[in-house]
Amino acid sequence: MRAFAHLLERLAFTPARNAKLRLLTHYLEATSDPDRGYALAALTGDLKLRAVTPALLRGLMAERIDPQLFAMSYDFVGDLAETIALLWDSDRDEDVPLHQAVALLSDTGRAGLPAAIGGMLDRLGPSERLAFLKLATGNMRVGLSARMARMALAQMGAPEVKDLEEIWHGLVPPYQPLFDWIGGGARPEQAARAPFRPVMLSTPVDLDQLRAFDPADYIAEWKWDGIRVQAINDGGTRRLYSRTGEDVGGAFPDLLDALNFDGTLDGELLVRRGSDVASFGDLQQRLNRKTVSRALLESHPAGLRVYDALIWQGRDLRDLPHQDRRAILKTADFGSDRIDLSPLLAFDSWDDLAALRADPPSTVIEGVMIKRRDSAYVGGRPRGPWFKWKRDPMVVDAVMLYAQRGHGKRSGFYSDFTFGLWDGDALVPVGKAYFGFTDEELRELDRFVRNNTTERFGPVRSVAPKLVLEVAFEGLNASSRHKSGVAMRFPRISRIRWDKPATEADRLDALKAMIP
Amino acid sequence: MRAEQILHPTEAGLYCPPGDFFIDPIRPVPRALITHGHGDHARAGHGSVMATRQTLDIMAIRYGEDFTNTRQVAEGVTRIGDVSVSFHPAGHILGSAQIAVQPMRGPRIVVSGDYCRAPNPVCAPYEPVPCDIFVTEATFGLPVFRHPDPIREMERLIASMAEFPERPHLIGAYALGKAQRVIALARQAGIDGPIAIHGALQRLCDFHVEQGVELGPLIPATAADVPAQLVIAPPSAFASAWVQRFRDPVIGFASGWMAVRARARQRGVELPLVISDHVDWPQVTQTIRELSPSEVWITHGTEDGLMRWCEIEGIPARPLRLVGYEDEPE
Repeated sequence: MRAFAHLLERLAFTPARNAKLRLLTHYLEATSDPDRGYALAALTGDLKLRAVTPALLRGLMAERIDPQLFAMSYDFVGDLAETIALLWDSDRDEDVPLHQAVALLSDTGRAGLPAAIGGMLDRLGPSERLAFLKLATGNMRVGLSARMARMALAQMGAPEVKDLEEIWHGLVPPYQPLFDWIGGGARPEQAARAPFRPVMLSTPVDLDQLRAFDPADYIAEWKWDGIRVQAINDGGTRRLYSRTGEDVGGAFPDLLDALNFDGTLDGELLVRRGSDVASFGDLQQRLNRKTVSRALLESHPAGLRVYDALIWQGRDLRDLPHQDRRAILKTADFGSDRIDLSPLLAFDSWDDLAALRADPPSTVIEGVMIKRRDSAYVGGRPRGPWFKWKRDPMVVDAVMLYAQRGHGKRSGFYSDFTFGLWDGDALVPVGKAYFGFTDEELRELDRFVRNNTTERFGPVRSVAPKLVLEVAFEGLNASSRHKSGVAMRFPRISRIRWDKPATEADRLDALKAMIP
Repeated sequence: MRAEQILHPTEAGLYCPPGDFFIDPIRPVPRALITHGHGDHARAGHGSVMATRQTLDIMAIRYGEDFTNTRQVAEGVTRIGDVSVSFHPAGHILGSAQIAVQPMRGPRIVVSGDYCRAPNPVCAPYEPVPCDIFVTEATFGLPVFRHPDPIREMERLIASMAEFPERPHLIGAYALGKAQRVIALARQAGIDGPIAIHGALQRLCDFHVEQGVELGPLIPATAADVPAQLVIAPPSAFASAWVQRFRDPVIGFASGWMAVRARARQRGVELPLVISDHVDWPQVTQTIRELSPSEVWITHGTEDGLMRWCEIEGIPARPLRLVGYEDEPE
């Protein structure tokens, strides 16, 4: 538990992804089974334990401390589990194995739980108490995805991330067979039905690069602006995975119901109303929900546009050429009108395709996909067989308003910039960008911020509104959460307009007009 | 004489009418008694200053030799007007003292200033001084504050330096007291190699060494390439361009506030180290029990928590609501 508590604390304060990965890998290497497996599951949210309620914890404290002192403490600390971990009065500091804590939380009956939790808190030091309480309340909040967990595992031994992805969904905590495999043992059999298969990804391309290839060797189709998913019905077991292998089916029960076929399909998850495809903003309404209301299911119905098939009616198609897989899909019955096949584009030359790309029939298209007719379906991002040729980004000229210091490699540099557009005589913040510039430009921006600071708020400075930044972004949604009423997707600084006066920056109305 | 006639808060700070002096005044006064050298307690421009020899030296280092017209080294019991005063170690930083004020007739008042009861290799330990009225700080006056053993915090630092050997570790520590304590603790924990220090720490580190505090090999963190993995700097340095010379640093901060995660996050700290030069909750409550004063006055900090504790314990207490003192001064 001591090592786990230490790991949690480090992860909570470590912003950089690579540093997080190193911390996790070191922990997994240094920790024995089954504790490391439970830790991994706890971090990725896959450890299902009895959730201890805040009311139970408050009840424990009510017996131990004056309610006024408790209220003052909670008010100061701001987090219930942390307040209790700090307040708990015990000088014992045992290194209780994590699996004992897990067993306590999974095996203790409701009636015995308060005493069991109190007894465990008595044995632990403060950091371990916090780790235990976070485990008990099921609220780790350290920003660790299952994908990062697999990357950490891949750093420990021979199996690569894509190997781990193949078997991941058949595993249950504490993952003993997985760690045995990483340690040099046998590969675990894929036990689960409807397993995730590594997705084939593309590389970016432009017109100049395309000219080196013969257009006759390639097909092209629209690149839809939804969520790339793998949709599976394996003998009645239905799954929807994101392209990194996260199970996203919970948020899309309507689409799961529509998977009336036998196979594993690669496609784009979209909100569809009849033949219309709704914007990414509409799709976002459906994301990250534990439950979906009936009203939302009706107003924002999910559908699938199929790009490819990995397995169809029991047959693994991945080694076939793309054109053969496509021929099978063309005659396939997907069993629902929510699912259709992505149409191919007719073109004879790259210039033809360029013209199509420049004038797509829908705003929910973000470019074209170009695939070799003879390409097998290979997991990962092989260079060559598949290209994405995205539409040009949208741009606005905005004014830098605030700057925040970065972390890690950008320590000491003002590298996160909030920018705004004119609304009447005022500049309204519309977004934040922290990449797109070179190291040299970062030094220049940092110097500008330091020389033009008007106010300081901790790590944030407000700057005199006089530097124009050309901001490129991939899309725009209406948003009630932002003061400006709009939210940009992937904003980055495409140019620094040292030459342009702030008064000539764009107006908010101009940005709003770009909302599809 | 009643207690309020001996010592009471004014806008300039705690004032003693029978002795006609102020303790740690926040604006220039004719006569000041200073508990310790932190900037919010020891200010320049007083007519005369009485303090420990080390505190006077520290004030001269920080403000120049002309920080006051006349200096008086506090030694033994000194009569000032109608009261006697004496200085006693507070365990907070080098030279820090509590000031006991004894009238001819009436209650003995001890102004503890900032104090700490954890062992500190850079200063003399706190000494309990019996009194009728104990004037205490309440910087960490909530029961959530139980400062861990600082050596364990150092072990966390050492573990991080081993885990990220290519990354310099920059630890923020206030220039007077905390910085030297962190260095001394690092030595105690087994870091023998050179430790780099920011330029703002140089003179105060030199002074500690002159006073017999072992700090080991220190190198300036001013060159473009600093050949040490551990670097100590005042927290304000992290907002300056100075920090840009370090490639992918781990930023740490040594402070009692680091016990609370939200505070550490506000600072943008990657490695919070809970190292405090103030009494924590168990220490402040234990001290009050031990001294058993008839009344407790609370100068500054989170006084509500300590007020409530005194109420529960049946100890008369009141907040002085002195303004101008920071949580943990720079």
